[in-house]
Amino acid sequence: MFDLNRGSYSIYKKIALHLVLIIISFIVLMPIIFGISVSLQPRAQIFSYPPSFLPDRLHFDNYIKAWNLVSLDKILVNSILASFVVMLGKLGLGVLSGYAFSHFEFKNKKFLFFAVLFTLMLPMQVRVVPLFEFISRVGLGNSFSGLVLPFLASATTTFLMRQHFLTIPKSIMESAQIDGCGPFRFLFQILLPLSGANLAGLAVVNFLVMWNAYLWPLIIINDDQKKLAQQGVKMLFASSSERDWGIIMAGTIMVVIPTLIVFLLAQKFFVKGIATQGIKE
Amino acid sequence: MQKLNYRSHSLVPYLLLSPTFIVLLLFLYWPSINSVYLSLYKQAPFGRNKIFVGIQNYVNLFQDPAYLNNLLRSTFFVIFTISIGLIFSLLLAVILNQNLKGIKFYRVIFFIPYAISSTVAGSLWVFLLNPVAGQVNYLLDLAFNIQVNWLTNSFFAFLAIIIATVWKNMGFNIIFFLAGLQAIPDSVYESAKIDGAGAITIFKDITIPLLSPTTFYLIIMNIIFSVFESFGIVDIMTQGGPADSTNIVIYKLYREMFINFRPGIAAAQSVILLALVIIVTIFHFKYGTNNVHYQ
Repeated sequence: MFDLNRGSYSIYKKIALHLVLIIISFIVLMPIIFGISVSLQPRAQIFSYPPSFLPDRLHFDNYIKAWNLVSLDKILVNSILASFVVMLGKLGLGVLSGYAFSHFEFKNKKFLFFAVLFTLMLPMQVRVVPLFEFISRVGLGNSFSGLVLPFLASATTTFLMRQHFLTIPKSIMESAQIDGCGPFRFLFQILLPLSGANLAGLAVVNFLVMWNAYLWPLIIINDDQKKLAQQGVKMLFASSSERDWGIIMAGTIMVVIPTLIVFLLAQKFFVKGIATQGIKE
Repeated sequence: MQKLNYRSHSLVPYLLLSPTFIVLLLFLYWPSINSVYLSLYKQAPFGRNKIFVGIQNYVNLFQDPAYLNNLLRSTFFVIFTISIGLIFSLLLAVILNQNLKGIKFYRVIFFIPYAISSTVAGSLWVFLLNPVAGQVNYLLDLAFNIQVNWLTNSFFAFLAIIIATVWKNMGFNIIFFLAGLQAIPDSVYESAKIDGAGAITIFKDITIPLLSPTTFYLIIMNIIFSVFESFGIVDIMTQGGPADSTNIVIYKLYREMFINFRPGIAAAQSVILLALVIIVTIFHFKYGTNNVHYQ
């Protein structure tokens, strides 16, 4: 049994703990590890019994086939673009609205703040039917704007920017005002340079949210050339009648690589971003 | 509270808020209100005519055994996903809370599945569980000499989407359990040890009760996750089958709208889900913060 109070251990206990952690890590990563392994195996090896855990030799054919099968070049570019636009939109709008709530007094402030937070209760899934009708009626169906517009504002980003701006000492603001610094200059020259870590965390989380989005792109985009990465995964399944696991896994791995890169580069911010989302009150 | 800081710029805050509110009103509030409106109408597939039917769509839904079964199945799905997910996550969080060199490296590994999309999670698990080339069946065969038809048997398909959902959400739960565990002061454990409590007693009588606010928060968040975010997993792994065994609320709603083209019924289902979210949220705000055992 592990000590619950994080004491220090003898060398044997340490080795045992590392062993346990390595085994569990392997189990947690098993779907990804086997996915990569199969993506590098030729068809004959994949369908031989017993299944191999490692490829005989590295075989990249599946990657080329998957890439061409669902035009991954277009799809990945579409996804990167959409994720960037959504990330920038959420950050931009979140900074502006968060600043309004942190540094200004105005009529109906409490009500408006509540109205922003209330949208946390309106997930895409409960709006999708009328939203689809609305976007189609205004002629934005199957378009990039129709895809990204509904994602451009987020209660979480507004809320977290407000919380962050409130922590910046008041004395800074007072001296800035005395020096005749207007509200916009104050935001861009003083507040934002003090917000790097928060912006980075929100950028990572918001980028991944759009990169991983599936339901809305599935509904609004029909054109194969305009589809996003997660739809690519579905297309891999749909386009091979007899499941060619090597190709499907190769495509899946290519879709997940950007997620993993962004996550590993910024995991500190990511975890912080997730953890602070918990503090909704 | 904040003082009047930029008093002379009375229009500025509204200017700052307007882009956010335009998006929220057009794409969040308006469709939500419209869900309620649409749910009161009947609309022929592809037809432009809407006929006002009042609450008939709701009445039909609640008299439809398929929908009631769907709600029941979704409830089971949520209960199993949450209980299995939270138990595993708590155990893993305890292990990850050890004072060990390199522990941060393991933590990063355990968070990875949470960053992955539900479609990718579904795709990886479909492969692992497929009876021909997947390794899970091979290992089960080696260890217990059994072959499981994961995605063609109703019970195992249901289990399969639970496994994939638990795997995907574990990272989120671990982050919060870890934070909760680290907030428990070592002195609590030390005094329990002096009183002669064993590790299991300490875990059962101290750790779990002190973690209850975290657990409560995670239950609420996991209800929302497993109801809404499982769409991609179901769509990739089973498309609701076999024989509707993995058809859960959000997938049924999608099919109603985009396969059966019945916007009225689909909208009524959205409103029911919306009511669920609001109830869960109110529950959270009402009981969530009072439950804190430590400060």
